[in-house]
Amino acid sequence: MSEYIDHDKTGRSVGLVRKHAFTFGESGQGMDLDCGRTLAPVTLAFETCGTLNEDKSNAILVCHALTGDSHVAGYYSEDDPKPGWWELMVGPGKPLDTDRFFIICSNVIGGCMGSTGPVSPDPETDRPYGARFPVVTIGDMVRCQRRLVDHLGIDKLLAVVGGSVGGMQVLEWSVRYPERVHAAIPLATTTKHSAQAIAFNEVARQAIMADPTWNGGDYYETGRPEHGLAVARMIGHITYLSDESMRHKFDRRLQDRVELSFDFEADFQVESYLRYQGNKFVERFDANSFLYLTKAADYFNLENHYGEGSLVAAFSRASCKYLVISFTSDWLYPTYQSRTMVKAMKKNGLDVSFCEIEAPWGHDAFLLPNERLSGLIRGFLNRVCNGCGLGGDHAV
Amino acid sequence: MRFDLHVIASWIEPGSKVLDLGCRTGSLLAHLTKEKSIRGTGVEIDEGHAGEAIAKGLSVIHGDIYEEIEDYPDNTFDYVILSQALMQVTDPETLIREMLRVGRLCVVSFPNFTHYRNRFQMFFTGRAPVSKELPYQWYDTPNIRVIPIIDFRRFCAGLHVPIVREVAISTHHHDEKGKVITFLPNLFATFGIFMLGQPS
Repeated sequence: MSEYIDHDKTGRSVGLVRKHAFTFGESGQGMDLDCGRTLAPVTLAFETCGTLNEDKSNAILVCHALTGDSHVAGYYSEDDPKPGWWELMVGPGKPLDTDRFFIICSNVIGGCMGSTGPVSPDPETDRPYGARFPVVTIGDMVRCQRRLVDHLGIDKLLAVVGGSVGGMQVLEWSVRYPERVHAAIPLATTTKHSAQAIAFNEVARQAIMADPTWNGGDYYETGRPEHGLAVARMIGHITYLSDESMRHKFDRRLQDRVELSFDFEADFQVESYLRYQGNKFVERFDANSFLYLTKAADYFNLENHYGEGSLVAAFSRASCKYLVISFTSDWLYPTYQSRTMVKAMKKNGLDVSFCEIEAPWGHDAFLLPNERLSGLIRGFLNRVCNGCGLGGDHAV
Repeated sequence: MRFDLHVIASWIEPGSKVLDLGCRTGSLLAHLTKEKSIRGTGVEIDEGHAGEAIAKGLSVIHGDIYEEIEDYPDNTFDYVILSQALMQVTDPETLIREMLRVGRLCVVSFPNFTHYRNRFQMFFTGRAPVSKELPYQWYDTPNIRVIPIIDFRRFCAGLHVPIVREVAISTHHHDEKGKVITFLPNLFATFGIFMLGQPS
């Protein structure tokens, strides 16, 4: 996902938030991972907004996308220049209404924003794991999130919501823990990566690994593979936009010049934009984390994992209500992939709503202000609340 | 809510499972959910309408009715409704068979093309009729079929699909009021509403 973090135009915000840490497995009993290895201890960085009600029935888990973090909304301090990444969706009176719901968002394992990942110290060596960190899966991430939800004393989540790789976690939750989820909102996502999506991820990983400073993943004392990571981010950015949004945003306009340079400077605005995004990303993200998280996304395959190759069989485990949303110009996870999951849900008699939203901005559309998206989520959650006896803010 | 939808709603048993094909913004489903506690699902091809219906808190799939109906297992619903959409359906036979596969009963409503005003218009002006029920010109109509009530009966007989219930009404397109027509419905009714049962 890209960064569109901006202040809410209406001025509504959940206000100050704090990042918490939840650690388990300190005394050895950690997390057995899909790859066969065990991770211990495991720390999850998480944030919450709103108030958990007495019977703990109003909790919504938000799952972040590839390079997101637990900072979903609000500000860390009074003079914090930027709010959380989904400020426009999470807050008082917003679709994920913090006056009604208790919002939880945790950083995935393998990440680099406070949860255990390749940058964390390996207890065996006391040095960062680097490439010795075990390969994690979307399933592993979700099992860790379940431990956090247990820790918070919540039996059943009102909803799990997320876009892109966050949407994969949403789907995983709904199939792995059907008894723990009332409703699921997978946005701009897929039940498995297409060859094209894996291809882009592989090019991005190669950009990092081809950078000599990557040094087999052991660079924390010698200097980070900044150039490789920046190129990886540039590749990602291309897949998050669309032909139309790029034409609209940049077309062939030149950057700070009136003529072509006839050298390898950034002539075009689009080049300058990608370089800027790449360089900005390097400041906040760890290259090894990028490798691990893209791998987790590539490995995700709901039908193989739960249905022996059949998506219909995989969703036969599910029981929650679904709201599936795709965007017309998303070519990373095109609408046909959402329709495939909707089809499998219908064949299982599941309660599913689906809408393909007309939007020119490509995959990133789920992060941008969109009245349609807000209305869909709001209306769907109202119905889910009515079904759980929580009471919507308006009846049908 | 439109008068024809009120008539359809009166036919639906409380607590049943309903599929509304071409549900638009979901006013029938919302009404049935509230008044009859049905479990309803809609299919709607227009993004704006589907979005509005979901935002109302209804379960709706944004998609094409032909493609979407295929995914439902046999006998998923008690009723499958196709209200004022038959005129735009390319293959009515396949669709009605599919409706009766996924549902026990199906309800179909359409504007009666041979209403006397349409006949007068054609007879006296010699032009394609334009009415409140069928308000389009030949060059901009989404309707590819014209359906007289008696022809629809013959069509059902040909499919060996029994007509379980039938009512002809006179109302304008968006009117909430109307009346039931029993005398020469093919001439005096603006809409026909049929409930169809399983083929013999």
